[in-house]
This record gives sequence, structure tokens and C-alpha cells, in this order.
Amino acid sequence: MLGEAEPQWLSEEVKTGTTIIAIEFNGGVVLGSDSRVSAGESVVNRVMNKLSPLHDKIYCALSGSAADAQTIAEMVNYQLDVHSMEIGEDPQVRSAATLVKNISYKYKEELSAHLIVAGWDRKEGGQVFATLKGLLTRQPFAVGGSGSSYVYGFVDAEYRKGMGKKECQQFVINTLSLAMNRDGSSGGVAYLVTIDEHGTEENVILGNDLPTFFDQ
Amino acid sequence: MPIFGQQISINNDLVPDWTREEVSTGTTIMAVEYDGGVVIGADSRTTTGAYIANRVTDKLTRVHDKIYCCRSGSAADTQAIAEVVSYQLGFHSIELDEPPLVETAANLFRASCYRYREELMAGILVAGWDRRKGGQVYCVPIGGMLVRQPVAVGGSGSTYVYGFMDSNYKPGLNKDQCLELAASALSLAMERDGSSGGVIRLATISEEGVERRVILGNQLPKFSTH
Repeated sequence: MLGEAEPQWLSEEVKTGTTIIAIEFNGGVVLGSDSRVSAGESVVNRVMNKLSPLHDKIYCALSGSAADAQTIAEMVNYQLDVHSMEIGEDPQVRSAATLVKNISYKYKEELSAHLIVAGWDRKEGGQVFATLKGLLTRQPFAVGGSGSSYVYGFVDAEYRKGMGKKECQQFVINTLSLAMNRDGSSGGVAYLVTIDEHGTEENVILGNDLPTFFDQ
Repeated sequence: MPIFGQQISINNDLVPDWTREEVSTGTTIMAVEYDGGVVIGADSRTTTGAYIANRVTDKLTRVHDKIYCCRSGSAADTQAIAEVVSYQLGFHSIELDEPPLVETAANLFRASCYRYREELMAGILVAGWDRRKGGQVYCVPIGGMLVRQPVAVGGSGSTYVYGFMDSNYKPGLNKDQCLELAASALSLAMERDGSSGGVIRLATISEEGVERRVILGNQLPKFSTH
């Protein structure tokens, strides 16, 4: 039998290859992600939204193993619902991030997912937390996923404190576009979520509307 | 046989890295074409494992008067290849009775890197100026491919600056803009990559000749997150 290799999506683990980013501005946060889910070399979903709601004004961005990341997000969503009923008001972003961190740290040997938690609460305004491998740290912005390596230089150079909402949204779109161009595991469309005191706004930017660069 | 001192296993933590790790130019290297010449740049760190064997390395190596190469990968491999190519080019240029083409130099690098691809670990950028095509940059990555590009980065630190390069390079930059682009990109990569660091060495190659400069640690371009 002439060896026809079995399709990779039957045997390879499904990963959200990914580029994710979250950035804080005065009064809220912007989260962004690509939309590619790969199993080996196959793209099994090209329009997946990796920005998952944990609560009305708290979202998380998923990267790493798709199953692990989704499960952590669902568990924390449930725990946050219970917690917010107990305290009788909207939960703090730090609480959500701590719940994610607790799971990531306790099961760090078994899990391989990295979630960035970002949102707005009345006490501290917009906040971004990174929870890589079970640590918890608040940062002005955070990038993650395989595509993030290619844009560290760009975000280091372009980030400035005190950017406004529109500037942050453009910054996120530019970063995602650059990463998607260089990383084979990131691509598709760009999803954006903007959270501030007035509400949560979800946006999609289709492939042909993304910014292009000198060699395209 | 009498032995002085205690014999400990090579895997023990007390045995320093540099006695067993290969010397590698961890590295970030970059080359940009402009109308009239090229700008090349590199960091200056050479590591053996976690030990920095040389913190002021010169990774911009002359292979002919107006043709240089930027070396990344194994320090020994790249030095040996550069010496071989430098010899071959010298000979070729005497036969031709005129300066060799940059494309010729790039092909000589590619020939060595491809033939011995299983044994070598070398990623090289060849850049220079010749009368026929002006400033040119050729990329010879690990494996021995050859491709000409207007702007190229290489080495372990290069992954972190692909995004920066894509967004900041435009065709038609002049010499000073290219120098600034290279200095910024190298500085950003050196901040993020543990195997890159030290000082930035830059050189411009054009019809007028080769002009070298160094940017010391405290004079590196600064960004808000540093």
C-alpha cells in the first residue's frame, strides 16, 4: 500500500498556536487575538474567537492547548459567578486573575495553557494580568502565544504610557497583524474586545482589512 | 596514578559551563540596503553556555574590501567559513583584475554552507557594495539557502524584532535612517534575548569605502519599557 499518511488532525493535539495581547488605557482595557487553531499542520478552525468572557467586564485571552485553555476559562467563569453572588457586586479583575492563577499553578505539570486576564472594575479601573505557568503579575500590557516572540521588539518600541482608547485599539491591530504575518501558527481574522466603564465592545477585523507592510 | 585534588563528575553543578559547552555567537545580526550602499550591524556577545566568553566580539567580518559578512551560530564554524571565502575571493579578484561582486561572495558562502550542511551550524548575512548592482544584502541561513533581501535579520535575537522590522522598514530609506533602524532593532533584540548583548557594532559600506562605528551600552537607544 502506498503510504498515505493519516491526516494530522486525527492524531495531533489541538493547539491554539496563537498571538494574544492585552493592553491597559486610561479608563479600560483592549484585548486582541488571532483566530487560528491548528492540529499539527492542519488548521482545524480559522475563525475561532480566543477572547473568552469570564464576567461582564472581565475577559481572558486563550493560548496553548485549546482544550486546557477553554476548560480553565469555563471553570473560572463558574467560580466567578458564585463569588460575585456571594459578595453581591461585580468581581474585581484581580480576583478573576487569582482564580486563573490558582488553577494554572496547582496543575502546572499537567496543563499547558497560558491565559491573559484583563478587564475593568470600579476599584482599580482597567487592569491586565499575566498568569504564565502559575505566576500572577499586573502589567501595563501583556503579549502571549507563539506569535508573541516576533513582536516583542515592536511592542517595546511602540508602547507609551497614557495612550487613549483609539490609539490602543490601533496598537493591538498593528501588533496582531505583524505577528500573524510571521508566525505560521497565527492567522485568520483579528478579534478585538474593548472594556471600559460604559460597557464591553466586541469587534472583528477581517483579513483584507488588516494593515499591510512593506513586503505585501 | 596519583591524582591531586578531587575528581568530580562533569555533570556536577560545580563544573563550569564553559568547559563543556560549545562556543556560540548567540547573537542578533542585521543588514539593510539603501540607495548607494548597505548598513550592517551586530551585537557583541559570545557565549559558552551561560558564560559570556567575549563581551566585545566583532561579528562583522571582512571578506573583501567592500564585502563583509555578519556571523551567527557556532563561532568556530563561521570563522572557518569566512576565512575560506576570504581566501577564495582574494584569489578570484586577482584573476578578474577587479573587485569581486557581492553576489559572488554570497555564492561562495552558500557553496560551503550547503555542501557541509550536516556538520555546520552557521547563519550568515553577506552584504557589500559593487559597481554593478550597488548595495546588496544576501541571506545564507542554516541549511545553505541563498536569497537576496532588501533587509535581513539573523541570529537568536532576530525572532524578537521581525515585527519591529516589518513595521519600520520602508523601501527608499537613506543611510542615516538605516543606521537608526539598525541601532534600534539591535537594541530591542539585545533587551529581550539573553544570548545577545554588549555593544552595538555598525558599519556602512558604499562606493566611498567602509565606515565603522560602535555604540556603547550607556548610549543605546532607549524605549519606554526599559
